[in-house]
Amino acid sequence: MARIVAGIGCSHVPAIGAALDNGKTEEPYWKRVFSGFEPSKKWLAETKPDVAIVVYNDHASAFSSDLIPTFALGCAAEFPPADEGWGPRPVPVAKGDPEFAVHIAQSVILDEFDLTIVNKMEIDHGLTVPLNLLCGKKAPNEEWPFKIIPLAVNVVMYPPPTGHRCHMLGKAIRKAVESYPEDLKVVIFGTGGMSHQISGPRAGLINSRWDKNFLDGLTKDPVKLTKIPHLEYMREAGAEAIELVMWLIMRGALADKVDEVYRFYTVPASNTAVGHIILENRMRAAPGGVTKIRRAAARAKAMDRRSAS
Amino acid sequence: MARAQRDYDDIPGTFVFDAERCRQGYPINTFCMSLMKDANRKAFKADETDYLKQFKMTPEQEQAILKRDYNRMLELGGNIYFTAKLGATDGHSFQHLAAVMTGSTQQDYAAMMLAGGRSVEGNRSISDKDRPAKTKSKSPAKKRK
Repeated sequence: MARIVAGIGCSHVPAIGAALDNGKTEEPYWKRVFSGFEPSKKWLAETKPDVAIVVYNDHASAFSSDLIPTFALGCAAEFPPADEGWGPRPVPVAKGDPEFAVHIAQSVILDEFDLTIVNKMEIDHGLTVPLNLLCGKKAPNEEWPFKIIPLAVNVVMYPPPTGHRCHMLGKAIRKAVESYPEDLKVVIFGTGGMSHQISGPRAGLINSRWDKNFLDGLTKDPVKLTKIPHLEYMREAGAEAIELVMWLIMRGALADKVDEVYRFYTVPASNTAVGHIILENRMRAAPGGVTKIRRAAARAKAMDRRSAS
Repeated sequence: MARAQRDYDDIPGTFVFDAERCRQGYPINTFCMSLMKDANRKAFKADETDYLKQFKMTPEQEQAILKRDYNRMLELGGNIYFTAKLGATDGHSFQHLAAVMTGSTQQDYAAMMLAGGRSVEGNRSISDKDRPAKTKSKSPAKKRK
């Protein structure tokens, strides 16, 4: 059976993609951002997932204001990078897993989540920047190291789905994954955020304390986070911080108890606070489960040491 | 019909792009989407007023675009991810637009971001209920008791 082994929370700031594409990763400003993802790249290379479900939002690339689906699942065989005004990003075309995606869609729709199914879609920085941060730079003729199932969420037009609804959808996705017969190792990304406002006279707002509490809650008490009203996201962390509801889909898809393997936070990348977290599912009382936890904890400590030095 | 007051209208310096603004701003955002094509960018640049006619905007919306009044565009239903395409057509970086919307120079804006960004303190609420949303309604009531 397929199983979700870990969740990854990750900002998707477009300027990070531009810095990568324009060879600025060694500049001190950007090195500060990219170096925070070095342990994560190692972790991902060791974890070797077969499929990544990437929860993200489109930024007026695939969806204009003609059509605004709240949840749209990508069931295509491939997803080319969108032209966001400067030509498509020089990254690989994302290869999908149509059979698995359709299975997930059927399962969650029957679980009362009315998804939109997308059979043709271009993907923008909302999806490709987190892939780059976890996989490094990839040329268009290379491949991402796993198949990708995009889940686009409307967080651009208010109201986006509530945090609670997102968390419940995550749970339904987990159930869907676990009912798929193929033996697949799956990770799920929640992208966007953290605190930022990029519109209006209050643009530039950052609230690091609020962000830290959100990261803490994600590991320890996600149910508390599901009760945060939209108003609080916007007031406390900026109008565009409401993207963080997408992280709750990722969290809902994980087990109730998780191990925080790694965390990184820095301000700013362009206009935004960059947050990142890796959560591993705690293995159930299966043989070897405890060892696995200890290994995860040891790895986390090692990563802390590395990032501190 | 006048716009109904919403709880988030109390957030200072913020135009929340809600379903109502989305409807109202459909011509602005459709215009901005059209700028994804190079031929359209050229046609717009050649004669801005004439190009805008096809989108059936209100005169206010048209003026906001011609004047590059980005805050007014947001107020009239534009969304930042769409209006940023107009900024890009003018050859401006996103941070330039952010600086313009906040009324500061790009240099000052970039310096503010490097120093940790705009603080939420003093920037939560127009109606002076400037404390974290969770405790807002509770603490004054307690004092009165």
